[in-house]
Amino acid sequence: MTLLAPTRAGHPPPAPPAARSGRRRLLPYLLLLPGAAWLLIFFGVPLLQLAAASLYDPSGSLSTGYAMTWAVSNYPDVLQAYWPQFLRSFGYAGLALVLALLLGYPLAYAIAQKAGRWKNLLLVCVVAPMFTSFLVRTLAWKTILSDNGALVGLLRDVHLLAPDGRLLATPFAVVLGLTYNFLPFLVLPLYASLERLDPRLLEAATDLYASPVQAFRRVTLPLSMPGLVAGTLLFFIPASGDYINAELLGTPNEYMIGNVIDSAFLVRLDYPQGAALSFLLMAAILAVVFGYLRRAGTEEVL
Amino acid sequence: MARETPAGDLRLADLTKRFGVFTAVDNLSLTIEQGSFFALLGASGCGKTTTLRMIAGLEEPTSGQVLLGDRDIARLRPYKRPVNTVFQSYALFPHLDIFENVAFGLRRRGIRSVDDEVTRMLSLVQLDGYGNRRPAQLSGGQQQRVALARALINRPQVLLLDEPLGALDLKLRRQMQIELKRIQTEVGITFVHVTHDQEEAMTMADTVAVMNAGRIEQLGAPADIYEFPATAFVANFLGQSNLLAGEATGASGGDVAVTAHGTRLSVPAGRARADHGPVHLGVRPEKLILVGSADQVPAGHQHVTGVVTDASYVGVSTQYLLRTGWGTELSVFAANSGTSTPVAVGSEAVAYWDPRHAFLLPRDAADTDRTSPVLDEPVGASS
Repeated sequence: MTLLAPTRAGHPPPAPPAARSGRRRLLPYLLLLPGAAWLLIFFGVPLLQLAAASLYDPSGSLSTGYAMTWAVSNYPDVLQAYWPQFLRSFGYAGLALVLALLLGYPLAYAIAQKAGRWKNLLLVCVVAPMFTSFLVRTLAWKTILSDNGALVGLLRDVHLLAPDGRLLATPFAVVLGLTYNFLPFLVLPLYASLERLDPRLLEAATDLYASPVQAFRRVTLPLSMPGLVAGTLLFFIPASGDYINAELLGTPNEYMIGNVIDSAFLVRLDYPQGAALSFLLMAAILAVVFGYLRRAGTEEVL
Repeated sequence: MARETPAGDLRLADLTKRFGVFTAVDNLSLTIEQGSFFALLGASGCGKTTTLRMIAGLEEPTSGQVLLGDRDIARLRPYKRPVNTVFQSYALFPHLDIFENVAFGLRRRGIRSVDDEVTRMLSLVQLDGYGNRRPAQLSGGQQQRVALARALINRPQVLLLDEPLGALDLKLRRQMQIELKRIQTEVGITFVHVTHDQEEAMTMADTVAVMNAGRIEQLGAPADIYEFPATAFVANFLGQSNLLAGEATGASGGDVAVTAHGTRLSVPAGRARADHGPVHLGVRPEKLILVGSADQVPAGHQHVTGVVTDASYVGVSTQYLLRTGWGTELSVFAANSGTSTPVAVGSEAVAYWDPRHAFLLPRDAADTDRTSPVLDEPVGASS
């Protein structure tokens, strides 16, 4: 699947034979140039700018201007102030990931191995919601989960929900939104891995005394590991940084770190704080990802 | 698992498998003796692989029984059967090394100390020291041996082999045939081998069953089937036969008299599967001897005359085509033993045979002479 392609292409180009002319030797680098320039201008420079902003004097403001005081204390300060939101971000994203795995793995497996001629149609169904805006889809959930909606009415009628119970503006709604919005990022790489799984290997496993559960654990799961790792990363990284779901489906009690960064930059106009939070989020995600990859041990992904 | 249970023969009783309207295996019954090397031989699509998959449990029979000893295993899940399979594609687990591939079955049955057994098995298939490689790092022949070791290590009561040598080149295949036979003798497990290669079946198996259209045409020792085939299909699937259409006119004095294309011939009654009505008189090409004229035919032999239309020198023998007066081309294989003189293409010649080498098969009245072999499927094709 194309989602895996960028990581594959990350390997250095093979060294050309010495006999080749200099221009030929330069060709791979020339091909890299536009992309590298793009990254430098639109990622590298802003990143440095942000790093600088995170060290500005916190007592400054947009109107009075910021002074560069190398205020490293910004970092412990924001962590002190917003650690609950940090924890909540990873908690919600983790919970959503578990739900997405429960939904997505069987789905990807069914499409890859059992769908037959419906395979392409089902794949389109997985991707189709992405044709509408992220915002619109989340707003649609707001309607579905609203207090006057049919779903809440039904749940109240069957006493699964207290008469004054709600779905909207609860952690449940936020986790549900995260699960829904990022599910395709998990399903597609998983599908790509499972599609390559040779069903004859499963026959061989059952022939060699593996029960269906054992065959899954010993054959299907390890062989789908590259897709599983790629999919969980593609799900978890944007989900833990998300702020739309908490904003639209939750209350300030459900706010994640993305909401704090959002308000630091756009409402409170506290740039040093927003920048420091952004870097902390990045560092935390990198730490989680590397820890995860070490444990998963799949050199195929990175 | 059923490791030390009193062993038993493998019996298929009225086994039938239908896929929609297509009957892949049609009311098949046979007994495979414990410890024997049994080959199911047939062309592509004859139902042999389906039969094998029903024994393995990978396919559920439409009706009938698969009995191991007295136990009907036809409806047991594959992982509950004391049966293991060597798959045509080998189906080695790509994410496990060779050691873990071989140990797979033992580990699934909860056996902890597998080291000795795996090492012993790897040396049985001559792959000592390959334990920590991945399947992709091995050649086709080596992968085949891993697949064999992975199945054998479980000491199944029956080992199923699904065209296990199909993907190997000719030389390697010969080598593996001898190897397989050696291993089978060594471990004494019942081997059921599915193949479309008649030479492979004959080289290895104690008993061969020739399958055609979901049924068994003939079952017996390779030599018995070859020397006295039961049907025209078998006569031309297992090797090649010259089958002449004729009319049998009854037995007299231990011989069955046959008139074929105006020639009066006879076959000993013990070699006749029909003694009157339309018959095929069959003679194997290597049982025909080619001479220049009829007066060179020894007494007690029978002959037909014709014109040599083709001679192919293939090393061990020369294969002639002899066009008879009525237009059928007979195959004649003359061994290059240095005792016979070559016959030139275009010359008249006489092919003679000992009547004891001929055989008589019943024939559909509409059937004519049949001399061409049933074509083998290409190597590696699935069935």
